[in-house]
Amino acid sequence: MMTKSKFVYVTYISATPEQVWKALLEPEFTRQYWDCENLSDWQPGSPWEHRRPDRAGTLRLAGRVVEIAPPHRLVLTWALPADAADLAKHSRVTFEIAPIDEMVRLTVTHDELEAGSEMLQGITHGWPRVLSSLKTLLETGRPLRTWATNS
Amino acid sequence: MKDVNDKVFRALADSSRRRLLDRLYANNGQTLSQLCEDLDMTRQAVTQHLGVLEAANLIATQWRGREKLHYLNPVPLQEIYERWIRKFERPQLSALHKLKHRLEDDNDD
Repeated sequence: MMTKSKFVYVTYISATPEQVWKALLEPEFTRQYWDCENLSDWQPGSPWEHRRPDRAGTLRLAGRVVEIAPPHRLVLTWALPADAADLAKHSRVTFEIAPIDEMVRLTVTHDELEAGSEMLQGITHGWPRVLSSLKTLLETGRPLRTWATNS
Repeated sequence: MKDVNDKVFRALADSSRRRLLDRLYANNGQTLSQLCEDLDMTRQAVTQHLGVLEAANLIATQWRGREKLHYLNPVPLQEIYERWIRKFERPQLSALHKLKHRLEDDNDD
């Protein structure tokens, strides 16, 4: 039997849902804290791409937009470039943004992950860094230098 | 901000709670009953510990039908790492980096 893994990541950010939404989609933000650009026309069913902001725009991840409801919910499929054409190999990422008091609760659920896959190993370290860097950027105006040491 | 970190450190300052995190690390997304298996803790004690961990945002919960599943949330640990560990290890790393370069340069001569 093939078991699929699931991870849930939560962070609380002093910001508005609109700010967090922009920070997830707009290249001027993602370049700063994620070292990437998420590119798409953001219509349900459209492809999206996760590219390095280097000169070649190296493709790191690809997938489809499943559901988009700004500024609260975004569902994407998520695959390595080599698996982009094979939808069965796509995992799924759900971003949920909920206002709580003066803050926003951002929940990232990554599921449909194949056990032992390269993607599974990558995200275990990836998401906590992305989310703590995003939080720091929105709260202080400066991102963490979390990608500086291993790029 | 200070309060949040206090909660995380306080939640981690208990071996039973650290053990629950280890169990979720080994097997993410468990119910309360699964987490209670083979533990010498009462169900109430586990429930209480999970409450402290959830208040510190070290675990996240999601419902699957009528089952409440518990997931390890490492984001606050990442923040502690960035604040308390990375900062202190950077000088050592750069010293090692310089040493490596010096040794490699010597080899070239």
